[in-house]
Amino acid sequence: MTDTVVDGAFVDDPSVEDQSVEDESVVRAREVKALARREGWKRRLPILPALIFTIVVTQIPFLFTLFYSLTDWNISSIEPREFIGFDNYTSLNNPGEKFFREAAWVSVQMTVIAVLGSLFVGTGLAILLDRKFLGQGFIRTLLITPFLVMPVVASLLWKTQMFNKTFGLLNWLIESLGFEGIEFASRYPMASVITVLIWQWSPFMMLIVLAGLQGQDTSTLEAARVDGATTFGIFRQITFPQLRPYLELGTLLGAIYLIQVYDHIEVITGGVGTKNLPFWIAQRSIGGGNLFGLASAYSILVVIASIIIANIGLRVLSNLLEDDS
Amino acid sequence: MAVFTRAPKAEPILGQNRVVAHLLAVLTWVVGLLYFFPLLWLVLNGFKEEAVASGSPTLFFEPTLDRFGDVTEDAGNTLSFTEAFMNSFWIVLISTVFVMILAVPAAYALAIRPMRMWRDVLFFFISTKFLPIVGAIMPIYIIAQGFTVTIPLVGWELGWDSLLGSRTILVVLYTAMNLPLAVWMLRSFFAEVPKELIEAAQIDGCSLMGQIRQVILPIVAPGLAATALLCVIFAWNEFFLAVQLNSAGAGTIPVWVNSQQEFQGQFIAQFSAASVLAILPVVVAGWVAQKRMIRGLAMGAIK
Repeated sequence: MTDTVVDGAFVDDPSVEDQSVEDESVVRAREVKALARREGWKRRLPILPALIFTIVVTQIPFLFTLFYSLTDWNISSIEPREFIGFDNYTSLNNPGEKFFREAAWVSVQMTVIAVLGSLFVGTGLAILLDRKFLGQGFIRTLLITPFLVMPVVASLLWKTQMFNKTFGLLNWLIESLGFEGIEFASRYPMASVITVLIWQWSPFMMLIVLAGLQGQDTSTLEAARVDGATTFGIFRQITFPQLRPYLELGTLLGAIYLIQVYDHIEVITGGVGTKNLPFWIAQRSIGGGNLFGLASAYSILVVIASIIIANIGLRVLSNLLEDDS
Repeated sequence: MAVFTRAPKAEPILGQNRVVAHLLAVLTWVVGLLYFFPLLWLVLNGFKEEAVASGSPTLFFEPTLDRFGDVTEDAGNTLSFTEAFMNSFWIVLISTVFVMILAVPAAYALAIRPMRMWRDVLFFFISTKFLPIVGAIMPIYIIAQGFTVTIPLVGWELGWDSLLGSRTILVVLYTAMNLPLAVWMLRSFFAEVPKELIEAAQIDGCSLMGQIRQVILPIVAPGLAATALLCVIFAWNEFFLAVQLNSAGAGTIPVWVNSQQEFQGQFIAQFSAASVLAILPVVVAGWVAQKRMIRGLAMGAIK
């Protein structure tokens, strides 16, 4: 046993096959290498606890999901789960499973509109705030508050005190203008959810854009102004290109969170007309549907879609990090 | 901080003209107040009598603290405010402490003594945030239900009882949820420590602990605080995991607020008072740390 190990080690490194010819420089080179290796481990060691924890808690459950997705597991049934290959995946083509496609479409709409909407509103707010005036700090504080409010409260607040037909302020406004009130949350469920999402996420975008605006190179702006550039021209040709990394970052971080929206949907509509993928999968599995096998297959598809989106996102990030080294 | 302290001669995009600048300032005030109004309304409703709150909207009324008393009163059978608050408090505190213990060394290593492929490691952390939680929720649910494995030969029993409805499961999951963001933000704060300062300390014969204590910590301390606060905010506000895995036992504040609405139905004033209590700690914390928090997020990518 011991022999083979020693042999193996020697074969790996042909230079030491014959120990007698080993000269000093080789020894030194090896020492340097060992030192570098030890140094490398010293550098890597502090990262390991965080890395291992993240892998155990986020990646290992994912492998289980992958396994479940190949079974017909129904947690409420006493029959043992059976391995059924890719049946769960192919069953998505059945006309009866159109809900999956509906949920996917809701997810896409909700994420895209909410991200772009809050980016748009956030940029507007940032441009307004980007100037010295009395109470600037106070107004900024007011504006970021919706982002700090817990989603459950924000959703309930809008649902019961803004959208509601009897008690909602919006309807009071509409009625005092002489129109008929609308039960927003049930009549326009999608728009209601997205409104609250944009209200909460615009402040976040605003702060990121504001950081970009205030980090601008002022000499370029002045030079452009001296050369007689218009305000709009300056914005389009100087400010906007400089803001781009910030806008990209906002899009990315916003998308990460908004693709997983659950709370707002649960509270405002209870899922009616607004079931996105996370909501729908949770409902079919641990939320009482009990179809762990099938729901796992959906989860895997969501994860694959997310990986594609994430790859695009990570490319953006790597561009951002490029000038860092 | 630096981001928001304007460079001396920075010019705003709009409003070069004096009059226009004044008009824009007024516009900003109007927009800001309108944007905040739903929350102001929530706070006002919390101080109203129930009849006033459900009547025609009014800004003028006789404020009362009774609703706050009503919602914090221990009803006995259901999740009480004190119970939910203590659950949230401990879960948020412990998970944030764990996040910092894990993230600080990692961020230090990524920023100050980067090894090869540090970008890939950072990407890995961030990429875990891209994976929808639904991709892992079922196994987590199953694992949390508890299991025992008997190791053959020695006969030791390994495993745990059901963690569903316990604080433990949320502590673990919130730590995992916030860790990537914390590593990301902290790295940018550590990267701001001038390399020359660390080298100078090394030349002076300062030990590693000494370098960390005397050179690095004073510079990154505000960043550490901001990162911890952001973790607190996300953990405090989290609802999906709390309601799916924990609604039975250690319910947190978001679960409590939601149950208030379910039980109280149309009691607007009461719900408003409950909401104010639920959001107050985190909103105040966010106000205090707003500048640093966003700088950490934005600079994490850009610097």
